[in-house]
Amino acid sequence: MTMIFGIPIQALLGQLLVGLINGSFYAMLSLGLAVIFGLLRIINFAHGALYMLGAFIGYLLLVHLGIGYWPALVLVPIAVGVFGMAVERAALSRLYRLDPLYGLLFTFGMALVIEGAFRFYYGVSGNPYAVPPLLAGGTNLGFMFLPNYRGWVVLASLIVCIGTWLLIEKTRLGSYLRAATENPELVQAFGVNVPLLLTLTYGLGAALAGLAGILAAPVYQVSPLMGSDLIIVVFAVVVIGGMGSILGAIVTGYMLGLAEGLTKVFYPEASNLVVFVIMAIVLLLRPAGLFGRDA
Amino acid sequence: MSEPLLAVRDLHAWYGEGHALHGVNLDVLRGETVTLLGRNGVGKTTTLRAIVGLVRERSGSVVFNGSDLIGLPLHRVARQGIGYVPEERGIFATLTVDENLILPPVVAKGGMSVDEIFDLFPNLKERRNSPGTRLSGGEQQMLAIARILRTGVQMLLLDEPTEGLAPVIVQRIGELLATLKKRGMTILLVEQNFRFAARIADRFYLMEHGKVLEGFPVAELAAHTEKLHEVLGV
Repeated sequence: MTMIFGIPIQALLGQLLVGLINGSFYAMLSLGLAVIFGLLRIINFAHGALYMLGAFIGYLLLVHLGIGYWPALVLVPIAVGVFGMAVERAALSRLYRLDPLYGLLFTFGMALVIEGAFRFYYGVSGNPYAVPPLLAGGTNLGFMFLPNYRGWVVLASLIVCIGTWLLIEKTRLGSYLRAATENPELVQAFGVNVPLLLTLTYGLGAALAGLAGILAAPVYQVSPLMGSDLIIVVFAVVVIGGMGSILGAIVTGYMLGLAEGLTKVFYPEASNLVVFVIMAIVLLLRPAGLFGRDA
Repeated sequence: MSEPLLAVRDLHAWYGEGHALHGVNLDVLRGETVTLLGRNGVGKTTTLRAIVGLVRERSGSVVFNGSDLIGLPLHRVARQGIGYVPEERGIFATLTVDENLILPPVVAKGGMSVDEIFDLFPNLKERRNSPGTRLSGGEQQMLAIARILRTGVQMLLLDEPTEGLAPVIVQRIGELLATLKKRGMTILLVEQNFRFAARIADRFYLMEHGKVLEGFPVAELAAHTEKLHEVLGV
């Protein structure tokens, strides 16, 4: 058996794959958080709940309406995005003029309500969501066995991250978004409907969380707590990447997933800690984050 | 006499508890260039910000082209045909020169095309892919004005366009404003440098303590020089 640093290569690559999968979810979720924070200046504590909501909507579509994975991949982000826009219009938009703490408290409370409601109706045990038949099974890469669905998750998250990055960095809508992140009042004085832009942005962030949720459903179990389990790490990712930095969120998401995977191989006891150790070190050395601009 | 394009009546504005404008009255006729003079802190910038709606706490009336702007949401004001160039220029660091230039949406026909703008400002064309804030102060001011010219607005509100710039750049901005005036642009200018303003302005308003003290045409500038020195402290 091939060994690297005394570790079988299969075990190493296996953990790297797990890390890459986790990193894919970190990247998609922290990307949405970064987009929302950049423009709305709201730390969206409901992000984990929106991710869970995405997975649950996919699950309920399947169980009650017989709508399968592929249509759900389109329907779920739309549903969670529309939900997000309604929340922004009805509640968040009234909080912008107040201390940022109110936005944080509101989204935190909303997360508790959503998670509580799902716990009440569905309990805390997970519900399985089958891998779609097209992606069942796996592929032998020669050096390791790759479950097809996991390969798809990595690919899909890369597409989503690159697509979102291009949307923000290369399109006209993205230039409104970047400009409004710097100076929303002036952009609105130029005639851009900034309140609408804020609503769309929260909707986009929510849709990204929902999409991550439905992608996650076949990997993890669909459970009311799946969001709160993940969100703490995702916040650490956003802090390490630099609050509001899009590229930082994406790159850091994958990097930390891989770092976790590697730690599992070499020092498993620390694998749950490593992200926070990195966060502490980054905050000491570069308080604005790896990709953050010094404000 | 024609209806003024912009008529401001009894405009009051507040920043939180602070009462910044105490009933400003002024008119700008179509095609005219009018300059607001006054010391720092008398409310010149606030007047411009209250006209476009960047100061939300205000009362009175701001009638532009026959419709009152006071009740409109901020983003609807530009669409009526008013372009605003803030004192701090408002060039976006995360946008390229190109992106900065095309950021403000076109609100009416008759604006310049990007090519025309680049003919007028060759420096901007050379640096079209650099981040906006990498430009020199003078270039940033040119960009701040140029991006409004694209939108087809009828009126330009300019807040101290010459502040902190070298004389040769000030000269160029003066020429630019003269060109715009010839094309029929209506301009409301805030300027400390009244010698600069005298070259392009048709009329002046002198502000003090959040009010317009008096207005006079450029022909009477000489007669007002002593008073200006006294009020402006220059």
